[in-house]
Amino acid sequence: MNFLQGENMYGGYGGADILHGCNIAASKGEIAVIVGPNGAGKSTAMKAIFGMLNLHTGSIILDGEDITDLSPQARVAKGMAFVPQTANVFPTMSVEENLEMGAFLRRDDINKTMDEVFELFPILKEKRNQNAGELSGGQRQQVAVGRALMTQPKVLMLDEPTAGVSPIVMDELFDNIIEVAKTGITILMVEQNARQALNIADKGYVMVQGKNKFTDTGKVLLNNPEVRKSFLGG
Amino acid sequence: MEELINAFLLISNFVLVPAITYGSQLALGALSVTLVYGILGFSNFAHGDTMAFGTMVVILFTWWFQSFGINFGFLPTALLAIPFGIFFTILFVLGSDRLVYRYYRKKNSVPVIYLIASVGIMFLLNGIVRFVIGPEDQKFNDGEKFIIKAKMMKQYLGTAEGVSIKVSQGLTVITAVIIVIGLFWFLNKTRTGKSMRAFSDNKDLALLSGINPDKVVAVTWILVAIMATIAGTLYGLDKSFKPFTYFMLLLPIFASAIVGGLGNPLGAIAGGYVIAFSEIMITYPYKKFIAYVLPGDWKPDGLIQLLATDYKIAVSFMILVLVLLFKPTGIFSGKSV
Repeated sequence: MNFLQGENMYGGYGGADILHGCNIAASKGEIAVIVGPNGAGKSTAMKAIFGMLNLHTGSIILDGEDITDLSPQARVAKGMAFVPQTANVFPTMSVEENLEMGAFLRRDDINKTMDEVFELFPILKEKRNQNAGELSGGQRQQVAVGRALMTQPKVLMLDEPTAGVSPIVMDELFDNIIEVAKTGITILMVEQNARQALNIADKGYVMVQGKNKFTDTGKVLLNNPEVRKSFLGG
Repeated sequence: MEELINAFLLISNFVLVPAITYGSQLALGALSVTLVYGILGFSNFAHGDTMAFGTMVVILFTWWFQSFGINFGFLPTALLAIPFGIFFTILFVLGSDRLVYRYYRKKNSVPVIYLIASVGIMFLLNGIVRFVIGPEDQKFNDGEKFIIKAKMMKQYLGTAEGVSIKVSQGLTVITAVIIVIGLFWFLNKTRTGKSMRAFSDNKDLALLSGINPDKVVAVTWILVAIMATIAGTLYGLDKSFKPFTYFMLLLPIFASAIVGGLGNPLGAIAGGYVIAFSEIMITYPYKKFIAYVLPGDWKPDGLIQLLATDYKIAVSFMILVLVLLFKPTGIFSGKSV
């Protein structure tokens, strides 16, 4: 049973369609990764699932409920969290305030969730009073992920979380993501670093021109000679 | 030594005290302008006239109170009327947002469209204020005039020069300090204030976090109305109320906000004092000051005034141009214009 499912999605930003019948799904606690060449519509597929663009065909199902017509804000209330690729923190606000803003919709005590985030990203606890805009790229991504986790989401969606960070930080971030998934949160992410991302993926989607080209577990895709040749550099 | 003390007292009386007062008034104006810019994303050209509108309501209520014989002791009666002025100004700005700006927000218009719309609101306010209270000067200051009189100070200190501080000047500075502290507390410590900063920082992410944009916009306008009415009334008490002067205040207010860095509240305050001190220092005749400082009977022949006071508006304009040319983000690195 898929917890999150985007079925037969067709749509774009108003002009020609970018998605041509794309299917994305993930079960509870699974890590699903979308990879593919530039312009394949990876980020677009993600945005479609989050409701940031209109689909004229297809549907989005979350936990058995059809959420196709909900706004992104309403989807946040339903337990989805989205970390954009860029501009994903509040730069002139402190790390702690960034996390507080993530939990804006919650009226209960948020300290416990904040402690959990600090446990996951210890460096953020150290820098809790520093402005997010003054942090390094990797730390900023941690703030961005932390902010999204503050809503206590059931689904965490990450748009290229490792874009522009060093390989060491990238490995750390992937470790963090695995830990988040272990707590039962479904993770859907788009990644440029296809090999590393498929390595940790329960499900992998290789997209080409708005369609699923290959769909399988991360391991199988990594060993698929055609995928290796076309997308992983041999 | 006595000469130097006299020189200091002279400069305090004619430069320091007036500049701190004027700077506080500009700082309040610049804070409002910067808030609107940071959160709503446009330069509100109607701000000078919003101040005039708020002050007008305060004056009308002041007169009404005075007709009942109500007064506030040694403080101006206008202080009692300020809450009423704030109330009507809030109604006006929320109404104008509802009828004008909200339409452009829905259409996701570019900032320049809001700016032109605010010019329209400015003309509307211009008309309303002149229609209701007239274009002439209005004096509405009552109560005591001075906290410290120059004459008393001269007798007390036995010096040739003295410093006078008007009640309106003292009130301006104290009120400005209270408002600034209150505003910073609100923006940094309260949930609503933080959500406003988040909205100004990254609008899309604020929406993703579930921050309600309508509430942020409404609270911003309410803060602007409060500050505009108070700053306008203080300015009117200190000088006098004339609609055209308030319209002209727009230039030094914008200069202050831009010099400090648009969108940055701390910068708005610093900018206010930079502009005020520049305007007053450049237009002050230093003849007497130099006579005190120079030894013996040396005295300059001319007034040693860099610019006639008629041109003081040119000072803020010059600073504005220089800042835009060399440091467009201002002293405190706000957003570039």
